[in-house]
Parts: sequence; C-alpha cells; structure tokens
Amino acid sequence: MVASLGNYTIERVRGLGDFALFIASSLGAVFATRRLPGRVARAIYEQGFRCLPVILIVGTFTGLVLGLQGYYVLNRFGSEGLLGALVSLSLVREMAPVLAALMLVGQAGSALAAELGIQRNSEQIAALDTMGVSSRGYLVTPRLIASIFVYPAQTALFVAVGLWGGSLSGSLLLGVDPGLYWAAVDRAVESEDVRECLMKAVTFGLLTISICAYCGFHAHRTRRATGARAVSAATTKAVVVSSIAVLTADYIITSLLV
Amino acid sequence: MSAATANHAPAVSDTILAVDGLRKSFQGREVLRGVGFEVRRGSAFTVLGPSGAGKSVLLKCLANIEQPDGGRISFEGRTLDFSDRRMRESFRRRCSFLFQGNALFDSLTALQNVALPLEQTTDLSRAEIRRRAMEALEQLELHEYADHYPAMLSGGMQKRLALARAIVTRPEMVFFDEPTAGLDPLRRNAVFVMIAKYQAVFGFTALVVTHDLVEALVASSTVALLHQGEICFCGTPDEFASSPHPVVGLFRDSPDALRSTLDALRRGLSPSEKQE
Repeated sequence: MVASLGNYTIERVRGLGDFALFIASSLGAVFATRRLPGRVARAIYEQGFRCLPVILIVGTFTGLVLGLQGYYVLNRFGSEGLLGALVSLSLVREMAPVLAALMLVGQAGSALAAELGIQRNSEQIAALDTMGVSSRGYLVTPRLIASIFVYPAQTALFVAVGLWGGSLSGSLLLGVDPGLYWAAVDRAVESEDVRECLMKAVTFGLLTISICAYCGFHAHRTRRATGARAVSAATTKAVVVSSIAVLTADYIITSLLV
Repeated sequence: MSAATANHAPAVSDTILAVDGLRKSFQGREVLRGVGFEVRRGSAFTVLGPSGAGKSVLLKCLANIEQPDGGRISFEGRTLDFSDRRMRESFRRRCSFLFQGNALFDSLTALQNVALPLEQTTDLSRAEIRRRAMEALEQLELHEYADHYPAMLSGGMQKRLALARAIVTRPEMVFFDEPTAGLDPLRRNAVFVMIAKYQAVFGFTALVVTHDLVEALVASSTVALLHQGEICFCGTPDEFASSPHPVVGLFRDSPDALRSTLDALRRGLSPSEKQE
C-alpha cells in the first residue's frame, strides 16, 4: 500500500518534471526554429479562425442567458438599470476567459492532441528528429506562440458577442433601456478587469495548448493502449486535464488578484 | 574482435560507420547484446534477420531515435556522443533515415515534404529550396506529382517520395528500415533497383535492414546476420552462401526446409484428408 502510494507519487512528480521540461524546451526552441512566423500564422489560423463559429455561438447564448437571469434577479430589487454592469463584469472577469478557453480546448486543443498523436504513431515526429529538425520547435512552439494571441482575441470576441447577447435579451425582449444598459457596461468595466481577463486568457492559452501538445506528443507512452486507441486516450486525457487546469488556474489567479 | 570485424575487416579509412558492443534492453528483455560491425563508405550494407531479431531497434539506435544502453557508435572515425547537441546535429545533417512506413507528412504536398528538411536545416533561399526539391523529385520521376498529397500517391510512389526527401540534403549515409516490407515481388525489385540506382548517382552509403533473404543477397555488397541480438555473421553475399555457420545455414536453407516439411506433411496425410 505504502509502496504503491510512493510509486504513484514519484511517477506524478516525474511526470510534472517531464511536462516542465517539455514546455521549457518548446519555448527555448523559439530561437532555434527556422521560418517560425509562417508556422505561427498557420497555427493562429488553425486555433483562431476555425474556432470562430463556436465562440460566436457560445458567447451569444451566454450573454442571452446572463441577460435573462440577471434581469429577473435585479428586477426583484428594482435595479434593472444595473443589468449591463452584471453582464459585463460576469463576462469580463470570469465567464469569457473560462468558457472561451474550454471551447478552444474542445476544438483546437483536442485537434492538436489527436494530430500530434497520429504524427507520433506514423513516425512523422521521429522523422523530423532524424532530419535534424527540432520536432518540438516545428510542431509545438508555433502553437504555443499562437495561443498567446488567439486566446485573448477569442476571449475579447466572446465578451463582445456576450454583451450583445445580454443587450438582446435585456433590452429587446425584456424592455431595459438600451442606453441604460450600455452606460452601465461603460461604468462597470475598468481597466483592471480587462487586464485580469487578458491575463487569464494568456495563462489558459499557454497552459491548455502545452497540456494538449504534451499528451499528443507522448501518445506512444499511453499505458494499456497502442495505435489508434493510444491516440484516442491521449486526446481524451488532453481535454480532461486541460479543462481541470483551466478551472484550477482560474481559482488561483482570481484569489491572487481579488 | 567481433565476428563481424573478423569476417569483413575493411581498411580503417574506408569505414564510414563502426558499431561496437551495442546493447539495448526493453523492460528487462535484452534486444541487442553487444552488436558490432563496420560499414564501408559507398557500400550497400544489409542487416538480415528474422522478424523480432532487433533489426529496427538497431537502426533506431544508430539514427539516435532510441538511446542504446551501452556500446559505441563511430562515424568517420569519431565516436558519437548524442548528448552533444552539435555532434548530434552534425551527424543528422550527414545521414538520412527512410522509415518502414515512409513517415511522410500527410498534410504537406510531395514538394513540401521534400523541401521540409532544407527549409528547416539550411539558410537557402526559397527559390533555391524549390529548385533542389524539384530536382530531387525529377530524379525520382515524381515531378508531375509535386502538388499531390502523399495519400494521393501509390505505395511505390510514396516510397520514392520518402527517398527523395531522404536524399535532398545530399547525405553521406542513408538508413533504410525494411524498405520493401509489404510490397509485392515486382515492387520489391523496383525499390531495390531504385536504391542501387540512386546510390550510384548520389554516392551515399546504404545501410538496409530487412528480413528478405533474396533481396539481401542480390542487392548488397555486405550482409550481416542478426540473431538473438548478436551479429553472428558478416561478409559478402558469396561468403554468406557458402558459410558453414549453423544459423546462417538455417536462414539460407529456410525455403528448402519449408519445402521438405510441406512434402513430408503431404506424404503423411491419409487419402481422405488429401481429397479434402
């Protein structure tokens, strides 16, 4: 019992160390990777543009629901005029960075883990290494850099469409004055809120893309599974661990900044 | 001195790759038990052995895809230390690896696949990279398929494309992992003709691992037999054909042994079983 607990702990600590080395070597490869801007642009396209529909849809519906829920709560106290403040602060401080990150994990993160897993299985990663090309620099570094731009941009978009959704349900359906709604948004959101939002987005981006890349890159190490099953297991693990990491990091950042 | 060196004994200056006492284990199972041989510059060296003998592991250790547990690998007289980044990169620039499954990038076109090593390891201009990649494709008669993705090419074409990618950096040595695995006899012959042809054109040294006896004897200048993690024979195909070594005999005479066994089985069958 004690021995197995000890082995488990050692294995976890070793895994964390391996993950840290993976991130460090991937970021360190920035200076050794040739023609990086082109790869980064492609990664921005893959992570950003392909995820646009899901961000637009989820952002809009989140705003719509916040508008509805917020209106009925505020109505009890006769404070419907604060609907804009409630929707905007909820979105900027918490919901937009977290939900956008979870959506990006579901779409871009899972695709990345599966792609790298297949490339590992078909020896494409080994082929890069034998060519003298840094496989981490070629495959992981551009994705990490792209996440620094994509996550904040997608989060900002999420906030924008969420605010619009909130105004749609609050003003158009429930009769809150649009001028009052947008004035409350303008008064409520401060630069510190925006900074916190962007900081969370960048952290979540680097964290989730690193986790997804790590899981896919090491799909061959998956226990009790090989081939397609190993890729499937690596992808599932990438999404689950990334989602937990987003929520954990959100709590830590919020508790540090509040 | 290993059996390999004793049988082959090339001049030192001729040796491009020397392996000595190479060992590798997986979860306590010893796959390579002190493998040693020398490869002469410009030769076609084939490592022959049954499936599961450790041929691919040997090749991966030589190409630094797997870390050997012990032993020494020397390239052009210098012992390789793969933990030295500069030495590792220098070795990789001078060698190429052709994988059993080709390992082509399925999201890149044929031209992009061939251009990739040049793009990522040289400072050549885009125009020069394109010219060299097209030249490699032309030499392998694939220039008409430059814009095709690997999935759109036949098995033989994919193999040629993988070779084009392997030779585009003008390596001094190319490692081939079971280059004809899963191919029919005609395609198998075509692949070996292709290797011999381009070896003559580009002058690289070829190290091939295979389990196919015929192709090893016909297409190689030197044959090494890997058995139970050790090289038990190393010499010319003629020496292989006349070697008294029991394992060589077992491998060499395997078609005759199969024929005899089948004949014996057929003779032993009852008339009713024969009718069935």
